[in-house]
Amino acid sequence: MINEQWRPSASMMALRERAQLLRKARAYLDAQGVMEVETPMLSKSATVDVYIDSFATEFSPIGHGTSQLCYLHTSPEFPMKRLLSAGSGDIYSLGRVFRNGEAGGRHNPEFTMLEWYRIGMDDRRLMDDVAGLLSSVSNFKEVRRCSYGELFEEYLGLNPYIASDESLSQLVRDKIDIKLQGLERSDCLDLLFSKFVEPNLGSSNPKVLEGYFVYDYPVTMSALARLSTNSDGHPVASRFELFVNGVELANGYHELLDAEEQKKRFEEEQRMRQERGYDLYPYDKNMVSALAHGMPDCAGVAMGIDRLLMLMLGTGNIADVLAFDFSRA
Amino acid sequence: MASYSTNEFRSGLKVMLEGDPCSIIENEFVKPGKGQAFNRVKFRNLMSGRVWERTFKSGESLEAADVMDLDMEYLYTDGEFWHFMMTDGSYEQHAASREAVGDTIDWLKEQGVYSVTLYNGSPLSVSAPNFVELQVVETDPGLKGDTAQGGSKPAKLSTGATVKVPLFIVEGEVLKIDTRTGEYVGRVK
Repeated sequence: MINEQWRPSASMMALRERAQLLRKARAYLDAQGVMEVETPMLSKSATVDVYIDSFATEFSPIGHGTSQLCYLHTSPEFPMKRLLSAGSGDIYSLGRVFRNGEAGGRHNPEFTMLEWYRIGMDDRRLMDDVAGLLSSVSNFKEVRRCSYGELFEEYLGLNPYIASDESLSQLVRDKIDIKLQGLERSDCLDLLFSKFVEPNLGSSNPKVLEGYFVYDYPVTMSALARLSTNSDGHPVASRFELFVNGVELANGYHELLDAEEQKKRFEEEQRMRQERGYDLYPYDKNMVSALAHGMPDCAGVAMGIDRLLMLMLGTGNIADVLAFDFSRA
Repeated sequence: MASYSTNEFRSGLKVMLEGDPCSIIENEFVKPGKGQAFNRVKFRNLMSGRVWERTFKSGESLEAADVMDLDMEYLYTDGEFWHFMMTDGSYEQHAASREAVGDTIDWLKEQGVYSVTLYNGSPLSVSAPNFVELQVVETDPGLKGDTAQGGSKPAKLSTGATVKVPLFIVEGEVLKIDTRTGEYVGRVK
């Protein structure tokens, strides 16, 4: 029997779509005056995000000398923020990022991310920009913009900003799995949202990409977004996500500018990784220094290009849009 | 007994869940960009046949179930048990209860080969091949002229099962039946 593993996992039609999508995305951003940048894929520091694992490797100098542990980037965010602080103006990066351990269905350990930053924009204005880009590359239609809290209450009958940890874990046990114990507040929110809200955000017709922008995330999910107060006076994160036909497609922030607060969040995340016995990575101190120097007020967003292509082609399997998925790489 | 981690879960894998042997139907990896990874898993409980959906933190594991699917020849029934014999030359016999035989009773023919699922060494369920060949023991004579309309009538088979057949089928004929749908496929010459 002939080994068929050499063949691509995507069809040539899908690869032509990919090439066209990359071209159109670049054309939109170029026309907006956003500059394309390339940042290091190999870095001495890594993300310390609790649930994102990095690939580690070693730089070994030819001849002699000590080798240097380094990591493949999981997003270009930190060096891009250093560029912004150094006066780059609006920038975008389009390329591969790596996440260890994520494979199967919609996930591949390396995937294409489009990330861009707009100076002077907040998260609301950046949503317009995201909608603009998507409309120029696909059959995208924005359907609704609403807060995380509004949707959560609509589908689950609970206010996610003020509900107690206990009532959230109880809801997980009642509605998802009675045996799930010891979950963090954010895990409960993620599980409930992904099972009961996300599937409703979009169309079941793959011909139209129906988009829902969800903003005002609970503070425990703030990541690198700044905090603000919503109209009811509850603290929220200035973060948004875009869901298209039930799929998480983009994640944006009104970026945190406070170096001290950033350092505190990095250290807190490192502590959480340590508690859980996960690998510990050094965070990017240069990025904190860049914030201390001063980063212009800006908003940034990261979009999964493979996911977008999957939506455009109506497939739930990332292998269908990659020349060679991980199993053939 | 071995155990399997969520990333080894695949369809067909037999594991123990809350004391019952289950077969995995589907395993979906769920991970929000910034959140913890979970596996949403669908199981068929092999005791009750019921489908279960459960959610696990990625990396959790379940004990393997001592469940095996083996080909066996159906011998006879004594009214209480249905007796099967291994086809591997060992002549080892197993007695399946009425519950284990389930709906497959409609397709059990002596000397036919069936797939018997053993749990801890005893039959848990019996499944028929996709197609079986059975003889018609009782059916009304077809009415002349009705064949063009593609009409059908009931026919009783040697196993006691009744299936819908075309009007031209007569008693004594051997039919090919699709056991998944219980439908008539064709005549066996």
